[in-house]
Amino acid sequence: MATAVITPERENYLNQEYGIKSWLLTVDHKRIALLYLVSITFFFFIGGFFALLIRLELLTPAGDLVQADTYNKLFTMHGQVMVFFFLIPSIPAVLGNFLVPLMIGAKDLAFPRINLLSWYLYITAGVLMLHCICTGGVDTGWTFYTPFSTAFSNTKVVEAGVAIFIAGFSSILTGLNFVVTIHRMRAPGMTWSRLPLFIWAHYATSVIQLLGTPVLAITLLLVVFERVFHLGIFDPTRGGDPLLFQHLFWFYSHPAVYIMILPAMAVESEVVACFTRKRIFGYNFVAMSSIAIAVFGFLVWAHHMFVAGISLYSALIFSALSYLVAVPSAIKVFNWTATMYKGSITFTTPMLYAFGFIGLFTMGGLTGLFLAALGIDVHVTDTYFIIAHFHYIMVGGAVMGYLGGLHFWWPKISGRMYPEWLGKFAALIVFLGFNLTFFPQFILGYMGMPRRYWQYPPEFQVLNVLSTAGSTILAVGYVLPMIYFLWSMRYGKPAPDNPWNAAGLEWKTSSPPPTFNFDQPPVVNFEAYDYEHIPEVEEVPVV
Amino acid sequence: MFDNLPLWPARASAGAGNVDALYIFLLLLSGFMCLAIFTMIVVFALRYRRQPGRVAEQIEGSTALEITWSVVPLGIFMVIFVWGAFIFFQERTPPRDASEIYIVAKQWMWKLEHVEGQREINELHVPVGRDVKLIMTSQDVIHSFYVPAFRIKQDVLPGRYTTAWFRATKPGVYHLFCAEYCGSQHSGMIGQVVVMEPAQYEAWLSGGSSSGSLASNGESIFQQLGCVTCHRSESQGRGPNLVGIFGKPVQLEDGRMVIADENYIRESILSPSAKVVKGFKPIMPVFQGLVSEEQLTGLVAYVKSLSAPSAAGSKTQESKVQ
Repeated sequence: MATAVITPERENYLNQEYGIKSWLLTVDHKRIALLYLVSITFFFFIGGFFALLIRLELLTPAGDLVQADTYNKLFTMHGQVMVFFFLIPSIPAVLGNFLVPLMIGAKDLAFPRINLLSWYLYITAGVLMLHCICTGGVDTGWTFYTPFSTAFSNTKVVEAGVAIFIAGFSSILTGLNFVVTIHRMRAPGMTWSRLPLFIWAHYATSVIQLLGTPVLAITLLLVVFERVFHLGIFDPTRGGDPLLFQHLFWFYSHPAVYIMILPAMAVESEVVACFTRKRIFGYNFVAMSSIAIAVFGFLVWAHHMFVAGISLYSALIFSALSYLVAVPSAIKVFNWTATMYKGSITFTTPMLYAFGFIGLFTMGGLTGLFLAALGIDVHVTDTYFIIAHFHYIMVGGAVMGYLGGLHFWWPKISGRMYPEWLGKFAALIVFLGFNLTFFPQFILGYMGMPRRYWQYPPEFQVLNVLSTAGSTILAVGYVLPMIYFLWSMRYGKPAPDNPWNAAGLEWKTSSPPPTFNFDQPPVVNFEAYDYEHIPEVEEVPVV
Repeated sequence: MFDNLPLWPARASAGAGNVDALYIFLLLLSGFMCLAIFTMIVVFALRYRRQPGRVAEQIEGSTALEITWSVVPLGIFMVIFVWGAFIFFQERTPPRDASEIYIVAKQWMWKLEHVEGQREINELHVPVGRDVKLIMTSQDVIHSFYVPAFRIKQDVLPGRYTTAWFRATKPGVYHLFCAEYCGSQHSGMIGQVVVMEPAQYEAWLSGGSSSGSLASNGESIFQQLGCVTCHRSESQGRGPNLVGIFGKPVQLEDGRMVIADENYIRESILSPSAKVVKGFKPIMPVFQGLVSEEQLTGLVAYVKSLSAPSAAGSKTQESKVQ
């Protein structure tokens, strides 16, 4: 593990203590971030493995690689693992955990022990999920739609439900910790208008985690109760209403999309500012758009239900509201683009990911306009069009943001530089592999191929083959960074304190930072993204 | 136009062209937006790449620009919204005189019944040019009736009726998919819609082994189950007279008014005490679990036939069915 990382002599959070106990009982936000990094990487590769099996099955129209039931379990567990055990904790629990206190000039999060508790809850949930996977799995789709999940599925619905229920509390506690920390622990002079946009976006994320996740918890509990005690909540033969489930589920699960994408936007703002050497264009608008996304995000859930049997008029209202939430997302894209104007741009690995993010997120967002249009949604919902759309947001957006951020702050986290040329190469592979995997799915969707199909009519095969080919390329793009990050921990060039010459308090302390982050408590007397007063580096560090 | 594009689904219903038109508009719009943004990024990235002797120019922002790129997109979005809503409104409003087909979905098959009495499994025969309304329910989990060539999709729920409609315009055989995940053989719950010229369709209708119309089958179930002892057609019995009630408002015992649509009739058979008609006692036995979905379909069709000739698809009930 990361204990092997030692920068020359200087005492830091990595070399202060050694041994497994010093990690498992740590209350240092930076160490907890690394615990999360290791655990979510593990789940990412499990979820990715399921995805590859799904793509391999879809190489041919016939269901021939795995059984139908196995296939149904694969896409269910791919979704559940990726959403609840990778995407939701990814940027907040790793980069956010590491950076929120550093960026605001605090020693740690407000509740260090609760932070550790979050990780243990996550691990408990993860172990339960793994047990569920290894002892038969679950086949409800990640959406748990009733009455299939409560009265018909013969798989481990209760166990998966309880695992996600517990993981939810991990997410709630992280959100709580961030909200309190951002309110109460900012360094002297760090006013709200001086906060990095990373913090604004994480603040908005945390609010969603706090307000939305309990609803998911309650919903899953009701599913478990109906399944175990046969209460009639969602099952119409017992007097329940299956649409009630969908309302409750999407009331969390739509805002959950913003739990995934807002932190990626957070990374984006930092990276674009640094590598254009500029303050973000329209700081206030970018900050407020995060808050607007969090608020509007709670008002659009029923756009997942246009063909589910809701009334004509509620469909009209939710369609209109869905367009409102698109505006703040558009604002962000325009502002990042405008930030590049008259900048001084360098093409480092994080910046390449940022370019990729803007491109893919733009496409994901624009195809969202298709889905919010009622007449079109009827045709393309529950097809591969929607699969492509949300992968452009969650993989093209959130995962690109996560990888970009990991590269950007890796020198700070590990104290080592990663090999830059290999980073650029991997970023390119990810971008190409991603598009080849998911772009054909838009076409498949409009042609009418339904999602969650184990076998499909032969006219859809060519596009499916392209998609499967893309997924193998994408897999290479994801394995590469894992290899060279691990490599760099021992063999990478020691990182200077501020390798990118970036603004922000996290770069004013050593790499890796000392346990309490700053040798002297920082005082902030400058605005965010103060690149005007930071000279450019002579040479962009290259290994 | 755009009739035999590669990678494009067949277009075989009256509404499909409208959906395609909006889709093509959105493709052009987003294509333009992508091109604009990507061009800007590429141009900026090349023109403002780091060069010795030049430093970045700090620009705080521009409220005018921010307002422009918030308000203009919002305006465009509202155009898309109205356009999409207009198509949706048409999709959800069947013509009054549409002929009806009853569909019962179950794991993992589609059972379809024509008013004339023809029954089909995983296959639906319809003539070109006729408005067809689908009245659908599920026997178990949620399914979804999806015909890509018609651009229609509607979830099929247990415990209630949902509806959809189409008018086929081009003879041919088209995919019918279940689009809501429904268990092991979800991807096997497929079938086909056969669109025929009217003459061929008539031949197909007369060639089938119909065992009487849906309503007449319903009438015999009505007799068998003894409904007729209380619901009498010539005089008021212990239950309400059902002649002419379909599609009409009904005054309930608790003061509410409901429209006697398919869902109301269904509910009144399965759990009669839920909405008791004013002036009657809640004495009818519960039929939940005692009648199959097919029998229910027959009963509903029979009750509707008692309100003929203007029975089918009275205009007030469409939104209720949803």
